Amino acid sequence: MSEIKYTQDHEWIEVHGDGTATIGITDFAQEQLGDLVYIEIPEVGTEIFKGEDVSVIESVKAASDLVAPVSGTIIDVNSLLEDEPEKVNDDAMGAGWFIKVEMSDVSELDDLMDEAAYQACLD
Amino acid sequence: MSDDANLLTTPLYELHLAAGAKMVPFAGYAMPVQYPMGILKEHLHTRKKAGLFDVSHMGQIHLKGADAAAALEQLVPVDIVDLPRMKQRYALFTHEQGGVLDDLMVTRLETGLFLVVNAACKSQDIAHLQRHLSEQCKIEVLDDRALLALQGPEAKTVMQKLAPDVADMTFMTAKNLTLAGIDCLVTRSGYTGEDGFEISVPALKAKELAQHFLAESDVEWIGLGARDSLRLEAGLCLYGHELSPDITPVEAKLNWALSPARRANGIRAGGYLGAETIMKQFQDGVARQRVGIQPEGKMPVRAGAVLQNGSGEVVGVVTSGGFSPTLNKPIAVALVDSDAAAVATKLYASVRNKKVAVSVVALPFVKQNYYRG
Repeated sequence: MSEIKYTQDHEWIEVHGDGTATIGITDFAQEQLGDLVYIEIPEVGTEIFKGEDVSVIESVKAASDLVAPVSGTIIDVNSLLEDEPEKVNDDAMGAGWFIKVEMSDVSELDDLMDEAAYQACLD
Repeated sequence: MSDDANLLTTPLYELHLAAGAKMVPFAGYAMPVQYPMGILKEHLHTRKKAGLFDVSHMGQIHLKGADAAAALEQLVPVDIVDLPRMKQRYALFTHEQGGVLDDLMVTRLETGLFLVVNAACKSQDIAHLQRHLSEQCKIEVLDDRALLALQGPEAKTVMQKLAPDVADMTFMTAKNLTLAGIDCLVTRSGYTGEDGFEISVPALKAKELAQHFLAESDVEWIGLGARDSLRLEAGLCLYGHELSPDITPVEAKLNWALSPARRANGIRAGGYLGAETIMKQFQDGVARQRVGIQPEGKMPVRAGAVLQNGSGEVVGVVTSGGFSPTLNKPIAVALVDSDAAAVATKLYASVRNKKVAVSVVALPFVKQNYYRG
């Protein structure tokens, strides 16, 4: 069973039952950023820390960061995004995922929003 | 959003909202940065078909009187006196030290000169004109007019439907035309590198004219985002980036804009603010200059990125940078030391504490398609 949580930075984190999670940016975020032209994909095995920058997202307009919503180790990356960053514009919540992590502290999830809370913060 | 209340709007504001534009503050105006199509597609549409730009935030000024041309020559290093009627020329307001206060377009009319200046500089430009020229000509600010740009390979087809007379207009010429019953001043020029037109239209009629253009299937609204990427590909300077009070026209590689008549051996040599410095630089060369920069790989290198040579010495700074939709790769423009300015020079840009390999390349990145007849 998995559930999706959201951050104030407009990222989503799909929490799988096995201590791993998939991370991406929300549809709202891709809409705000505009056409993406470059995504810096981190390496598998990289340790990430909650609140720190993981990846750089460049749109036609500007550069922004993917901020780690939880701490852990990257176990998979969506390397397709290197050549096709527009996948994030097309399907931010699905094919446009960024990284998969093995979480080191699942209690960090408690600070995150559920879908209803995130929608409320958009309105 | 409370700041928006203080922003000015153009006569086309409601049309932008109706088109779903994302409005941003720009030079004191609420302006469309992009429409639902998005910057990439808007950019490519302009290169392929025709894009309509609202540039009504720019300043339009009429210098009236028989002496207007001679007067304006005191402020620009450009031949205005011999600018033929209904021809247009690119010019620069310079200051005493040779730096640039603004860049502008000058058109010779029957009644004097028509100037188009940058939105962010217009109040300063008007004060500058009043300070120096108010005794020699009448300075009339045309704030009752809007300005539209129609740009792209299909621009002429669209314009010809409204005014068959545009067919014989060449790049940098002007005509008074009646478009759909509206009296307009049209120039064949623009800021995209494409063939196209800029249309000065009475503010009250701007909406009506824009709707005529938008009724054409080849025409789409294009926002400021694509306007910037289009001009960057075309190698055109943006004031505040490649041009500023600290950058001279020679450093900006605009020697072509310094008219022969105003150069050291010209018939009206000098006689403008900063002439001594600019003529000396023209003669002897400059320590730094504007160049094209091609980053390796896909990571954009943006304005402010510092450039180093292979020995780690700082040799310049990126003035504009982004992504080229036409070439599908990043491009940039920089001011670099002249000994690092040769095409194919290898440099390194600092981006987020990483070094990105870049090369100096010739400008423009994308061939200009002006109609010269």
